Amino acid sequence: MNLSWTQRRKLTGLLFVMPTVAFVTVFFIIPLIMTVYMSFHDWPLFGERAYTGLENYQELSKDRQYLKSLDFTFRYTALVTPPIFILGFILASLVRHNIPYIGIFRTIFFLPVVIGLGVSSLLWTWMLDDRIGIFNKILLDFHLVPKAQLFLGRPNTAMNVIILSVVWKTVGFTMILLLAGLQAIPDELYESAEVDGAGYFRKLFYITLPLMRRTIALALILSVIGSVLSFDQFYIMTRGGPRNSTISIVFWIFNNSFTYFKMGYGAAMSIVLLAILVALTGLQLYVLREKE
Amino acid sequence: MAATSLRPNPSGHSQQELRRMRRRALLALRYVILLVLALLFLFPIAWSFINSIKLPSEALAVPPTYLPSEISLKNYEELTTYGKIGIAQHVYNSTVVALITVLGSIVLSTLGGYGFARFNFPGKNVLFVMVLSTLMIPFQSILIPLFVMIVQVDLHDTLFGLALVYITFQLPFGIFLMRNSFLAVPQEIEESALLDGCSSISILYRLMLRLVLPGIVTVAIYAFINSWNEFLAALIFMSDQDKFTLPVFLTTVRYGIWGDVNWGALQAGVIVSIIPSLAIFLALQRYYMDGLMGGAVKN
Repeated sequence: MNLSWTQRRKLTGLLFVMPTVAFVTVFFIIPLIMTVYMSFHDWPLFGERAYTGLENYQELSKDRQYLKSLDFTFRYTALVTPPIFILGFILASLVRHNIPYIGIFRTIFFLPVVIGLGVSSLLWTWMLDDRIGIFNKILLDFHLVPKAQLFLGRPNTAMNVIILSVVWKTVGFTMILLLAGLQAIPDELYESAEVDGAGYFRKLFYITLPLMRRTIALALILSVIGSVLSFDQFYIMTRGGPRNSTISIVFWIFNNSFTYFKMGYGAAMSIVLLAILVALTGLQLYVLREKE
Repeated sequence: MAATSLRPNPSGHSQQELRRMRRRALLALRYVILLVLALLFLFPIAWSFINSIKLPSEALAVPPTYLPSEISLKNYEELTTYGKIGIAQHVYNSTVVALITVLGSIVLSTLGGYGFARFNFPGKNVLFVMVLSTLMIPFQSILIPLFVMIVQVDLHDTLFGLALVYITFQLPFGIFLMRNSFLAVPQEIEESALLDGCSSISILYRLMLRLVLPGIVTVAIYAFINSWNEFLAALIFMSDQDKFTLPVFLTTVRYGIWGDVNWGALQAGVIVSIIPSLAIFLALQRYYMDGLMGGAVKN
């Protein structure tokens, strides 16, 4: 082989990245193209596939459960985001300064993040049970409710308790992101504001929040994307009930594709989901760009 | 201003002292709030643990008891024979999938990260953008074709097939992190070795690996925790109950696939599946946070 040194370096570099590129191509790029392709077909797991053009997409607009799922997913996202942010911000403010033992508290608030959402949903389902759940036990013992509540059995309370469990599970993540943003603000700004006689809320609205705009935007988008994609909590805690009121988009894609095996139809729904998420990510990139 | 702050107030304290007392009271209040919140955050895990060590009959009591009348490991014992094959098989399944994912992610991210950081070759930028752009595409939206492909090559119901998918999910983050780790190593360290005629792979293996070890640890932690906890893909790719990973198996316990719901055993299972992630996180917290800051904030 008569390759020059530079040529050999080029070849070596290419060889180093080849395995990664191969993986990403086979397990990401090809499936992505296939999703588009499948969405134009009637595609059962076994048996004949048939090209159906835009039929799957037309069916979407008539699928009442799909529209209900879109509505539910966005409503859930709109309801779960504020508590995550408000509590996340409170926690970040509480653990901001390096006072003794603060590391322990940061760790404790973050702990639920490393537990799987599937397992945490199981844990909460059991705590919320009407017969052997601890919540009903405490509420009954303190005479706060006349009889045991079926928290997961009614649409409104189901939404609320699922939100409670997800806030517990994910707020630590938002806390850490906001903490990084808070700690990046120089103390002198607060000190000079105090000299000028600014109180807590003036400092919050004129220093903290404006300077954390980027961090908040990033944490917000990550949290919204996570909520739009949620599945585990609904599949495990309510199985989509009561009366199909808690079926998220991913849940409905899952049902169509892997229970009814209407995979072409599921693919069409995935494309719509993808469009929503690309729009959200585009927003994320736009927000992060102003950094300079 | 100076005059007022020196004037003693009726209680005999100077204003400075008062301010110090106020600050101390606020600090105490902060600790009280922190403590209450910490107890609330720990409660679900602690409550699950307490119930897992009750006697199985007590764990099923209606209404539940607050504290176990007797401490017992019976729930854990019952798990070993629970379902079709007992929990050990599912712990094994989850462990194998997690280990393959960790190993695969480390090898691919290290090689790829090194290639992208230190070499120039045609199409490098395009390939790098291609790898990173997959961060934008949630795996939930490509699960259907992935399933079709995996079935086609007969890798469904295999731990290896699931691990292959997990490795792919880890790659964008791993490549990004490892490329940055390699970029942080001064170029001069390699140059002398290159001049001595060492091959690229031996430089990577003998010299660089040690220097980028923190990055590798971070990639490994994320690969482990994410694959250990993942639910949706594991649910879809496995139909053979013997191959269920731990979270999927526990869901079948909760839905009483094996008869009445055994809540005590379920809580023992929850504890078993929480422990590895918690232990790894607590032991290697610094690396985990590095990944969070490097991966989530900066990309």
